[in-house]
Amino acid sequence: MVSRATDWEYLQPLLIEAIGDTLYMVLVAIAVAAVFGTAMGIGLYVTRRGGLFASRPAYTVLNVLVNLVRPIPFIIFITAIWPVTVWVVGKSIGTEAVIFPMSIMASFAFSRLVEQNLVALDPGVIEAARSMGASRLRIIRTVILPETRGPLVLAFTFLFIGVTDMSAMAGMIGGGGLGDFAIRHGYQRFNWEVTFVAVAIIVVIVQLAQLLGNSLARRFLRR
Amino acid sequence: MSHSSAPMVSFREVSKIFETSSGPVTAVDAVTLDVAAGEVFGVIGYSGAGKSTLVRLVNALEPATSGTVLVDGQEITGLPEARLREVRAGIGMIFQQFNLLSSRTVAGNVAYPLEVAGWPRARRAERVAELLEFVGLTDKARQYPSQLSGGQKQRVGIARALATNPKILLADESTSALDPETTQDVLNLLRRVNTELGVTIVVITHEMDVVKYACDRVAVMERGRVVEHGDVYAVFANPQHPATRRFVATALRDRPSPAALERLRRRHSGRIVTVGVREDGGSSNELTRALREHPVEGSVIYGGITEIAERPYGSLTLELSGSEAEIEAFIADLARTSSVLDLGTAEDPKEDPDAVGPRASGVGHGPVSGEGSVDGGTPADPEARARAGGGQEALLLGKGGFGAAIAAIFGRRSKW
Repeated sequence: MVSRATDWEYLQPLLIEAIGDTLYMVLVAIAVAAVFGTAMGIGLYVTRRGGLFASRPAYTVLNVLVNLVRPIPFIIFITAIWPVTVWVVGKSIGTEAVIFPMSIMASFAFSRLVEQNLVALDPGVIEAARSMGASRLRIIRTVILPETRGPLVLAFTFLFIGVTDMSAMAGMIGGGGLGDFAIRHGYQRFNWEVTFVAVAIIVVIVQLAQLLGNSLARRFLRR
Repeated sequence: MSHSSAPMVSFREVSKIFETSSGPVTAVDAVTLDVAAGEVFGVIGYSGAGKSTLVRLVNALEPATSGTVLVDGQEITGLPEARLREVRAGIGMIFQQFNLLSSRTVAGNVAYPLEVAGWPRARRAERVAELLEFVGLTDKARQYPSQLSGGQKQRVGIARALATNPKILLADESTSALDPETTQDVLNLLRRVNTELGVTIVVITHEMDVVKYACDRVAVMERGRVVEHGDVYAVFANPQHPATRRFVATALRDRPSPAALERLRRRHSGRIVTVGVREDGGSSNELTRALREHPVEGSVIYGGITEIAERPYGSLTLELSGSEAEIEAFIADLARTSSVLDLGTAEDPKEDPDAVGPRASGVGHGPVSGEGSVDGGTPADPEARARAGGGQEALLLGKGGFGAAIAAIFGRRSKW
């Protein structure tokens, strides 16, 4: 099967398009998650017992919501929220139709990561800021977020990799991307070489992201 | 230190109850207390005594459950959050773990409360420079807290707490994470804050040395209650409550622990007594006089004398040798001016009811092996009978009425 030479002249533009699609999907999804996931994570953190805005009902609602969404396998999640996708994006197939469920799943996943990292913050610094008369919103902005910047960057890097993984399933609803490329032009045509190239590119992208994340986090961590 | 008439902080029947899963916990129990303007007020207690909660009632980091808290004449109980923030901005606070922002430089940390208070950038920079100079950290302005030593971190904490010119500084175990030498530096700085800037300071600590060195007045807390309070010397030179006596004993370690006493008895078979050394009466020349006047020989075998609020305080433990009657007369004579605790002999031991420390091994400074022996001359007073029936019972950690026991022996109030 592999005896036939791979037609890279034909595949190359497709590969480049696939890389573009993957980056497009992943970057939009993590950008959305950076905003909504961080907000939800802060929400979880400040509403828990002893938090700045401690509220049992608010925490319970957020917590249950996150726990409901997170365990759903992404491929099932895509189909489960399909009607919502159609309503929001206006179409049910294509790259944008994948970005929507990806963004939601990424936000929920990131909210947990944010919460976990905020919980690790020494409550003493929050108390110190309160003792200086800082308002609770100011404390979130000027103490909680800056003090956890390092771990949050690492969590965000982790998210990037998880979202890249999600993007591989985009092909199911015509979303394209490297995963789709590897399956259609590699796996389904028994072309190991194509699969290998696609995988290698994903590995390189992930490595670069991790490298960037690590160096940023190192700069922020002042311990 | 000028003490104006109106108290800077005033607690009136203040209680704080925490609702926990295992039922309500009373952290502060009906405390009534005044902190005068311009003084350094110590609150001492073991962990869990409620002192940290008490200090947090002052800046309403914890709201009181009942009672009233007045800060600089203003009642703060029941104020809305926005008003409380203004109150807090006028009260500095420093912490055991410093609680500096690790993402900000030293200058950035000191500037934080100024940002909160809405100072313009130029004035902030000026004020930060001024504060860093005051605490002696001008050269560290651009460093991050992780690059500083514990003492330097606490000095940053103090500079930050003083940034907005507060009238009150709350120091919550501010030296407990520091070594003894650094502790001195920080306490000296706090004294300067008090004397040079006129800031009223409330010091929370479990270390007697901190109170001894830095405070004008002190309150002793146990299980949420203030069990004793007043002038530092008055409280510690004449402690009424067992908790206070434990602090005095642990800080000075002038009196042998049960284990140390046992070792002393092995080496010294004679009569052992502990004589108090205090400012009013019972000073060591009384002891010298009694030894000179009685045909009794005394050698110092243990003891310690220190200063509390810059006045002498401590005790010496002696082995007395002489006839039984002469020793009794000597003790009775000395007991007229000093507090004397009879520890008996190796054969007929009597226990120190306020003994603190391990029963297994020695404690603290260990025995003073000085030869304080002086020959007596005057015959014994035959009718003086220091019936040292005091603490036959092994009363650990001051559970019993030591004062009452001494009063029973010597017919007057104990001066411990």
